[in-house]
Amino acid sequence: MLGRRCASPFAIRHAVFAFIKGSSMAGVTLRSVRKAYPNGFEAIKGVDVDVGDGQFCVLVGPSGCGKSTLLRMVAGLETITSGDIDIGGRIVNQVEPAERDIAMVFQNYALYPHMSVYNNMAYGLRNRGMPKPEIDTRVQEAARILELGAMLDRKPGQLSGGQRQRVAMGRAIVRQPKVFLFDEPLSNLDAKLRIAMRVEIRKLQRRLNTTSIYVTHDQLEAMTLADVLVVMNGGRVEQIGNPLDIYQKPATTFVASFIGAPPMNLLPLASDALRSQIDGDARRSAGILGIRPEDFVISNGAAPGDVALDLVVDAIEHVGAETFVYGSRQAHGAEIAANPGEFASGEIIVRVPGTAAPSIGERIKAVAPRDKLHLFSGDGRQRIAW
Amino acid sequence: MIEHRRFGNLLPHLVLLAGVAIVAFPVYLAVIASTHDNTVIANGQMPLYPGSHGLETYWTTIVSGTGKTTRAPVGGMMLNSLIMAIGIAVGKIAISIISAYAIVFFSFPFRMTAFWTIFITLMLPVEVRIFPTYKITSDLHMLDSYSGLILPLIASATATLLFRQFFMTVPKELVEASKMDGAGPIRFFFDTLLPLSVTNIAALFVILFIYGWNQYLWPLLITTRDDMQTIVIGIKKIIDVHDALTEWSVAMATAVLAMLPPVAVVVLMQRLFVKGLIETEK
Repeated sequence: MLGRRCASPFAIRHAVFAFIKGSSMAGVTLRSVRKAYPNGFEAIKGVDVDVGDGQFCVLVGPSGCGKSTLLRMVAGLETITSGDIDIGGRIVNQVEPAERDIAMVFQNYALYPHMSVYNNMAYGLRNRGMPKPEIDTRVQEAARILELGAMLDRKPGQLSGGQRQRVAMGRAIVRQPKVFLFDEPLSNLDAKLRIAMRVEIRKLQRRLNTTSIYVTHDQLEAMTLADVLVVMNGGRVEQIGNPLDIYQKPATTFVASFIGAPPMNLLPLASDALRSQIDGDARRSAGILGIRPEDFVISNGAAPGDVALDLVVDAIEHVGAETFVYGSRQAHGAEIAANPGEFASGEIIVRVPGTAAPSIGERIKAVAPRDKLHLFSGDGRQRIAW
Repeated sequence: MIEHRRFGNLLPHLVLLAGVAIVAFPVYLAVIASTHDNTVIANGQMPLYPGSHGLETYWTTIVSGTGKTTRAPVGGMMLNSLIMAIGIAVGKIAISIISAYAIVFFSFPFRMTAFWTIFITLMLPVEVRIFPTYKITSDLHMLDSYSGLILPLIASATATLLFRQFFMTVPKELVEASKMDGAGPIRFFFDTLLPLSVTNIAALFVILFIYGWNQYLWPLLITTRDDMQTIVIGIKKIIDVHDALTEWSVAMATAVLAMLPPVAVVVLMQRLFVKGLIETEK
């Protein structure tokens, strides 16, 4: 240990400077990337994504939507059927994973069980033939940032889940790559730790200012981490953009119900009296009306242009700061959900702040203001501006 | 249940002790017999206490050999057995770990065919293929040689299967992390897979060493020179003497000596062996 620390002060300062600054930075661009398996299954059906230098991009979607496959294609662990993947201005379709100047954090951490924490982080650098003093500087610096200093001699088996997670991050950091790739890195942690690590990852990424692509199925993680949010479904990109923009203006009913919890209420307008409550030109072309649970107000009066729903309260969930009211609409038994499987047919969720809530069985009127209504085409594939 | 515990413990212990006595008594007898002068045993008086000729007998057995039977000393045989057993164990492990590595981690045409071909050889132990194997060994001029003793026995479907099962439990992400860390297939094998397999290798080594050490038919077939004999054959030859009394003390000393290396291997590697059989955490 002592021998390793004998690097000159100048060398250390230099290395730390390079460390914080990151080596050379770069964006990632995917151009009509496709992935088809030999059995004909198309996992990725043409994806275009542009992640700018230093940005944090989150790929989010339900399981099986192809988000992990896409990440693994960027990593070079999956081949690309067609299209181009560009990292820092270089097309890397045929480049080996180790040569792509990327580092990946895996869901199950994938630490080498027989190596100490120190060696886990140093292994990749040794393989690249980096001189020992520099490896040591980088590992010590990463250990300092991630507060792993006391654990460098331990084996992964002796660490807790959160510590293993940090070692996995350390292994990525020491490489000073152009791009970090995260494959659901927090899903093996318990809820509390997950939130703590989420904040830590975000801080770290800001500090190192390294372009990152992060895969998750958790929309809350996606919303809180992303500079650029990519919502995926069935191998396609549903919407790309700033998380708040996506939340406020979901492009499809899929995005509308996937982003936000509890999900947006989607009401089919076909042969529904609701249609008459909507004014303007949109009334004719719209097929589905979407209202977020938090946009409802329980009230007796509705201003012109607002949508009012008569509900019978079925269930109530107290969360503390807010309360969710589950209600069913009266006299609309034949209604069908716009997006089967996404929510129970005909059920409306209303969020009310605090703990004040109607009682079960009570009849209430939930009113949504005009400017909070989302309108979609009948197939849910298109948002209708109005 | 709880108040009867003392009796509950006593009975199993009696049964166990009886079992140990049954297994250990012949071994004890062999050790005792090897410490007496041959005439004592030849008279039909088998004492149950140690005699005074132990050192003498073992010296004769290991180093000088017995004049009457003109047999080579057992020391050389032990060396032969040791070389053969270690050669077989190491060879089997080396070959099977490499083939399991290929089968599990690489995709190549006819991968499953290769696997099943290896699997089917389980049905072809040496005894079944002994004539063709002898013919080939003889054609390659490997009779009376260490390579002839070892090579025909080192292909092992069992060990390949065992390593395959172990490799399939290694997380796929570990391979990918290695790729990211710039480790090619060879580096991954030596830096990650081999260290992870240590306990499995140790467990297999114990089993295969004993398998190799106990080989009888094959060495009997291909060795004719006295200086190439293994100790297991040596025991048999020392007992089968014509025109003379069997030197039982020497035979017993040889038997005891033949037992020692497998026992030593088991004792020394027991910790790893058990770990290899029960360990699940990767």
